[in-house]
Amino acid sequence: MDFSILPEILSSTIRMSVPLILACLAGLWSERSGVVDIGLEGKMLAGAFVAASAAATFHSPWIGLALAIAVSIAFSLIHGYAAINQRGNQVVSGVAINMLAAGLAVVIGHSWFKQGGRTPQLDDASRFLAIDFPGKDALVNMEGLGPYMRILFDHSILTYAALALVPLSAWTLAKTRFGLRLRAVGENPQAVDTAGISVAKLRYQAVIIAGVLCGIAGAYLSTALQTSFVRDMSGGRGFLALTALIFANWRAWPALWACLLFGFLQAVANFMQGAHFMGIDIPVQVFNSLPYVMTIVLLAGFIGKSVPPKADGVPYTKDR
Amino acid sequence: MTTPAIELIGIDKRFGAVHANIDVNLTIAQGSIHGIIGENGAGKSTLMSILFGFYHADKGEIKVKGQPVRIKSSTDAISHGIGMVHQHFMLVEPFTVLENVILGAEGGALIGPALAKARASLKHLSDEYELDVDPDALIADLPVGLQQRVEILKALYKGAEVLILDEPTGVLTPAEADHLFRILKTLRDEGKTVILITHKLREIMAITDQVSVMRRGEVVANFATKDTNVEQLAEAMVGRRVLLRVDKTPAKPGDVLLDVRNVTWRDKNKVARVDNVSFTVRKGEIVGIAGVSGNGQSELLDVITGITKAASGEVFFKGEDVAAIDDAGELRRRGMAHVPEDRHHRGLITSFSAAESAILGYQYAPDLGKGFRLDRDAVIKRVRREMEEFDVRPPDPFLKSAKFSGGNQQKIILAREIGSNPDLLVIGQPTRGVDIGAIEFIHRRIIALRDAGKAILLVSVELDEIRSLSDRILVMFAGRVMGERGPDATEGDLGLLMAGVSKEAA
Amino acid sequence: MQRGELPTWVDVGLIPLINLTIAFIVAGLVVLIIGENPFQAIWILLSTPLSSLSGWFNIIYYATNFIFTGLCVAVAFHAGLFNIGGEGQAYIGGLGAATPGLLIGGVLASALPFWVSQPITLLLCLIASFAIGALWGWFPGYLQAKRGSHIVITTIMLNYITSSVMVYMINMVFRPVGKMAVESRAIDDAYIMNAREIGRVIGLKLPASPLNPGLFVALAAAWGVWYLLWRTKLGYEIRAVGANMDASIYAGINPSRIIMITMAISGGLAGLMAFHEVLGAQHRLVLEYVQGAGFVGIAVALMGRSHPLGIVLAALLFGLLYQGGTELSFANQNINRDMVVVIQGLVILFMGALEQTFRPYLAAVFAKVE
Repeated sequence: MDFSILPEILSSTIRMSVPLILACLAGLWSERSGVVDIGLEGKMLAGAFVAASAAATFHSPWIGLALAIAVSIAFSLIHGYAAINQRGNQVVSGVAINMLAAGLAVVIGHSWFKQGGRTPQLDDASRFLAIDFPGKDALVNMEGLGPYMRILFDHSILTYAALALVPLSAWTLAKTRFGLRLRAVGENPQAVDTAGISVAKLRYQAVIIAGVLCGIAGAYLSTALQTSFVRDMSGGRGFLALTALIFANWRAWPALWACLLFGFLQAVANFMQGAHFMGIDIPVQVFNSLPYVMTIVLLAGFIGKSVPPKADGVPYTKDR
Repeated sequence: MTTPAIELIGIDKRFGAVHANIDVNLTIAQGSIHGIIGENGAGKSTLMSILFGFYHADKGEIKVKGQPVRIKSSTDAISHGIGMVHQHFMLVEPFTVLENVILGAEGGALIGPALAKARASLKHLSDEYELDVDPDALIADLPVGLQQRVEILKALYKGAEVLILDEPTGVLTPAEADHLFRILKTLRDEGKTVILITHKLREIMAITDQVSVMRRGEVVANFATKDTNVEQLAEAMVGRRVLLRVDKTPAKPGDVLLDVRNVTWRDKNKVARVDNVSFTVRKGEIVGIAGVSGNGQSELLDVITGITKAASGEVFFKGEDVAAIDDAGELRRRGMAHVPEDRHHRGLITSFSAAESAILGYQYAPDLGKGFRLDRDAVIKRVRREMEEFDVRPPDPFLKSAKFSGGNQQKIILAREIGSNPDLLVIGQPTRGVDIGAIEFIHRRIIALRDAGKAILLVSVELDEIRSLSDRILVMFAGRVMGERGPDATEGDLGLLMAGVSKEAA
Repeated sequence: MQRGELPTWVDVGLIPLINLTIAFIVAGLVVLIIGENPFQAIWILLSTPLSSLSGWFNIIYYATNFIFTGLCVAVAFHAGLFNIGGEGQAYIGGLGAATPGLLIGGVLASALPFWVSQPITLLLCLIASFAIGALWGWFPGYLQAKRGSHIVITTIMLNYITSSVMVYMINMVFRPVGKMAVESRAIDDAYIMNAREIGRVIGLKLPASPLNPGLFVALAAAWGVWYLLWRTKLGYEIRAVGANMDASIYAGINPSRIIMITMAISGGLAGLMAFHEVLGAQHRLVLEYVQGAGFVGIAVALMGRSHPLGIVLAALLFGLLYQGGTELSFANQNINRDMVVVIQGLVILFMGALEQTFRPYLAAVFAKVE
């Protein structure tokens, strides 16, 4: 292995992890309240499309971000209505949302921009660029250490927001009234109901938060990481985030580590078409499938244990 | 006279065809322990759920300390100082005791101050009422008795002046139950009001000041506990009923077919729900197990019929120990038929056609098709024959099982189980939710089976049914067999045993 | 009649029709948003494929794939399981479809006359496709039954793992040395002729399409699933476990065993899709040939009410939509063929997640009529 590319791989790890972290936190909020969210992928994709379209049209990444969040919330509300009011199958609803988002993005994008579903290339003014804070140049151009400084200091505001959202989520869940009630409703909604708290309201709040986070994740993909929307650009990240969530046992801090690990594996896979290890060629596909393999092994209880919130995916009915 | 803590005036509630509460009037005195006693389905839990805002009465009025109130939700109940300890605890298992206590009463956006306040308050409450529990323990790690204490603490922390406990001792060991009673007495002495729902007479006599008896949705009697006795309560609870007339000759018991020896079964909390039970059933006799539901009868049936395994003990069926078999199909092949207590969840599959439900458990019967095939014509033919023999209406094998009346569903199941020509029929709640006409029919079939020399084990919460059918009667209470009686046992005698009062033990 | 009960024809006919209509209305709104005439678009979508023989051929070709994946989802549904892994099971099935043809086919062809070796090879391919798909279905079934991991999650994971495995296998194992395209060599020794080629043999001039006799395998599979579910003891047990787990334990059925067997059958049916697609249409093992058919299977199973006959009809409907989507995108450059994916998503949403939405209203209407 060539160690000179290590800083670049680590830098890429951060970039790859950001959408995972955001989507994983989205899943965390939703599932801790008891609503299974298979639709992270679709919401992220919808957010990416809307962000890129709006940024291209209004030349502002912020308008793109705001509209991405709005559309992602709309999808969340569809899911919420199916899961909370109609007590429908939450997995089916998520699958439907993924298809709807994937189809709509391409159909509408194709019609608006006539580029086969792709959105126009964004200029720098319409994107989230790395923050240019005072003294940055000196830092990242430092002799020897410069490349390592880039790992942490060469990112857009969305990256730092994503990283900040981890402690914020952990704190909110652990220390606030809202967090306490939300955790309770994912474990035993009946206890929450008998304490005089609305189960439906809490779950709607949770899916809306999931919508906001997926919207940001989508905007990151198309207006920070890339320079336009292309079809299926979320590329399974929603499911990878879901995997990370399981791997992290539905907790915020472990979710960060899981996402960084999975991001690292993606970065390695991108940088090297395979790697050599002790004289053996490791194909790139090993890195791609490692997160899923590890999660299957974990779920099967062969190492450790991963336990979802008890009421996860179970519709709440008052009848006894 | 002081103002009563709670007054329920003319409370009426229907669930569809079931009249759960009929014009109930009840007055609970301030600073008393008030027992409400009654059999299953007497309407106790419904009444208390109305008081706690879980259900809404169709008619009637609730007064708290003399003031009429409208209780639309549990929030309203809590704000009027009413707390409830449900039979199934409303606790969040991965939470600490403190987190559970403050849920719904956090006081602000952050939980820190509430946790601190609750910690102090819990210390105070535990000193005052013997309600010791580690505030930082996780609920999942606590034994059931302590979990219940947390439920009580939750209610007190939220300012409950009136505490409702629904069958609180069902899950407790005797020592835990004694501790609970001490706590309840202390609460009363400090001026709180306690409403205790139970079917156990001993508890009523031990700790209540007043007792109301409910039967079939109505309050039928009110007593001051010191002025009554267990016999009087048992009679009020069970009532004097006209015995259903079933013509039967005395039994001619043959060899022992089922021999249950020292069987114990534990739930996931390691509580013995079936506790060292022994009895026999002979050919040509009906052995009835009476008892209020939830006293271990269902679990005993599951063990005998192979749905679950016994924790210890032996079950000899035709001379072979089958206690370790947890395959219902295997026992069925050995000649044990089973009419389960719950026909909708077990006895048949409501979304299947009558014909498909009518072969449930017998799908491998040789006459229903060779090899892997299920011969539809053979199935239909068999079902038509059974439907005719058992007068199932409508006699349509293709109709969905859900669309038959309760009585006809039960006939389908009975036809299936009796039709298999078993040596032993285990039958639970044979006439629950069944119309009168079908009841008679079912009873006659059971007796005919006995007269054909088969062994029958009958479990029912209907005392009439037990008395009119059984040749020997066992009464279960808290997982144990309280005693055995002949078919001529009086209601009062059986009622006492069902409420846990045993002359043998006394 | 019990509350909420509806006549059967409403359940299997009217409700799907209402849901489909709503899906089309919503899709029509999307067409409106992008500034086109929704009526015209839907007319083109539905009528163009039906107006030519090649259109019909293509519809049936698509439907063949969807019958396999629809059956895959439906069999699992009957046991109360949601197999989202059809996509992966159909993809991995390609290994089974391709290997006998590439490995043994040549040997057989050199030893036996063509008309003996081909059917034998094809039969081996058929069995291997089913077997490998079945293995890929059994595994999550085993994990749920014995290790308690949820089938939905493990099948999703396996879809992604499969994707990596297949890229590796096709690129590193199946791709002939020196060939640029990431695909296997042509599988000539297990070649399913398409309709046009067969027509040429018997002297009929038929339009070009991938339609091939794999269709009859699909129809046989549909009949087989029907027979399994409603005419065998195993099928009875599968449906009992799906309808009521407690009752099935009471009936002496071992749910773990049924879950594993059902998932194996389900996966095997998805594997057969590879047999049809790889040997009948592609004639070589290529990347990503499943093209989302595994997910279409979910819509097909929901639409077809998990009944094989319903699935065949629903598969034809989706075949029509897929062919129509292509025709529509030719006819109107402004409408992308992914319009079909939108309709598919809406069908799943309304038939699956929101299926209860209209029932109470319909039940009320029918209660009044009674």
